[in-house]
Amino acid sequence: MLSYIIRRILILPLILLGVTFLIFCLFSLLSPMERLATYINDPSVLKNPQSAQRLIDKYHLDEPFPTGYVHWLKSLLRFDFGWSPTANQPVWDAIMQRLPATMELVLYSIIPVILVGIWLGVISAVHHNDMLDQFIRVTAIIGWSLPTFIFGLLILFIFYGILGWLPPGRLSTWAQYIVYAEEGFKNYTYFITIDSLLNGRIDIFWDALKHLIGPIITLSYISWAYLLRITRSSMLETLRKDYIRTARSKGVDEKTVIHQHARKNAMIPVVTVAGMMIIRMLGGVVITETVFTYPGLGFWAASSAQQLDYGSIIGFALLFAFLMVVGNLIVDVSYALIDPRVRLE
Amino acid sequence: MNRIIKKLLSNTTSLIGLILLFVFVIIAIFAPIIAPPLFSDPYQIPRMSWDTEPQPPGFPISDDMIFVYESMGEPITRDKAIFGTAQGGYDIFYGLIWGTRTAFRIGIVTVVFSMLIGVILGSIAAYFGGWLDELLMRITDIFLSIPFLVAAMVLTTILGRGLDKVMIALVFFGWMGYARVIRGSILCAKEDVYVMAARALGVKDYSIIVRHLLPNTIFPVMVQASMNIGSMVITAAALSFLGVGAPLGYADWGQMVSFARNWIIGSPGNAGEYWYAVFFPGIFIVLFVLSWNLVGDTLRDIMDPRLRGEL
Repeated sequence: MLSYIIRRILILPLILLGVTFLIFCLFSLLSPMERLATYINDPSVLKNPQSAQRLIDKYHLDEPFPTGYVHWLKSLLRFDFGWSPTANQPVWDAIMQRLPATMELVLYSIIPVILVGIWLGVISAVHHNDMLDQFIRVTAIIGWSLPTFIFGLLILFIFYGILGWLPPGRLSTWAQYIVYAEEGFKNYTYFITIDSLLNGRIDIFWDALKHLIGPIITLSYISWAYLLRITRSSMLETLRKDYIRTARSKGVDEKTVIHQHARKNAMIPVVTVAGMMIIRMLGGVVITETVFTYPGLGFWAASSAQQLDYGSIIGFALLFAFLMVVGNLIVDVSYALIDPRVRLE
Repeated sequence: MNRIIKKLLSNTTSLIGLILLFVFVIIAIFAPIIAPPLFSDPYQIPRMSWDTEPQPPGFPISDDMIFVYESMGEPITRDKAIFGTAQGGYDIFYGLIWGTRTAFRIGIVTVVFSMLIGVILGSIAAYFGGWLDELLMRITDIFLSIPFLVAAMVLTTILGRGLDKVMIALVFFGWMGYARVIRGSILCAKEDVYVMAARALGVKDYSIIVRHLLPNTIFPVMVQASMNIGSMVITAAALSFLGVGAPLGYADWGQMVSFARNWIIGSPGNAGEYWYAVFFPGIFIVLFVLSWNLVGDTLRDIMDPRLRGEL
């Protein structure tokens, strides 16, 4: 068990190195001048050939590919990701400032996915092939076919345009004034829903929650449709196993068979998929935040991409790749913790 | 093969999928008749007016535009926008009809090429094994370490706007699933007797893979490919939606939705004013993706030996 975890952790730096290499390959498709542009915050530098050359030398932009890669890695280790014109601040600061908003959104999206997806999946399998099962199955396929940006626009249309309940953004203007400008409001976690409660401001908590519900639904509906399918097929397979037949023929009542005997074993593949879904959400963040103009990393990345702000999107890709590699590691390790068969291999 | 076709036709969900697909194929083939193009480049959506805001279904072409087209010497084949116009006066109906061709092209081209890359790398890794397998699979892991949409967005941004760039990005980051699936099936199949027999007869490695192994292992990959066409189209549309995909005015569903983005809320007191700007493009994308998913979903159930006889 321990050796498995250690082996997985030892591979981690290698994968991360590979990812940085891949991203550097993409980065190298740009000309040295374009790459230089990702490091400067004052375009007038480019007018003066000497100062431009000094910066090219500083970041080793005209060196051959291998040494260029090494120097680029070194600058990453110094957290020097360049300058983001979109955010008007260094890329690293821009990332750190927007990370809590995105994390708040992602973490709140995971909980309904896991609860609703697994619950419906078990129901769907137990009622295999009857009306309810068909209904859940068809809903899941339709959910799977509905692109995030259309679903998000629909939510915005219905719950903001028509009903006026769920506004876009992260906070209303009055709440922004209190949270960002007022002295008395302390940020502990930078999760507004939590900070507002810690500051005893129920009104701000309610406001933040109203802004979060739309993005949460949009970000998670695909995941629960998918998780549901996996739970269903895994549950179906488990229910046909011999030990389930044994339990039934012993006279164990159906509820115990399903919830005690079958569900635990059926959850093993679900754990992997749940992990994968959470990782998938990282990609969905870009579209969800853009639809709801939610000021997180994804919104920033999308606006950077539109403005050809290469430095920002490279930094964004590096961060998300890092999160994904670490996420994969956590999934693999938890998989080994749950399923003893993985450990023995 | 016959069994599969019979199952596909007898299953209600996949039958709906096949019928929908058929309708889309008809639309794509007869696009020049359904929506006669105004320009030499048929993928350029004609504008019906210079209006910034969308105009409702049945909106007639404005006098300014008639003047523009006449002075260009183009015959005016469209007098009104059946589905209304999007932001900038672009004809929604025209964009959707010709966008069907774009969708098929994106879906099929990206899936075929990424499948090709995946099958080549996956079968080499599985057949030769050892360090080559290890190397290729670690490369696969690395490509999988960047979320697909993020990776595609970064590459498209770097390559520049355009549908060809979008397709390159989707292929470049879309082959890994196929490589893994084909590797898995070849690893199982390569110990079979017929492979050993071929090897004992001195058949070359290349022929064993192409003539013996692939015909027996390719089917799960094809199922996966049919399911992926929809998601490739969604991702391409998402890139257009984010503003890094198809160039402005190109007949592409994602762009039609992105046109609608600023108008989704409507005007004060009239929330649903511009419903048509998102409704029609949305319906086209959803039905297209749904039809592929319905077919792919049934194919997967047919292929799943654990569910055999259940359907």
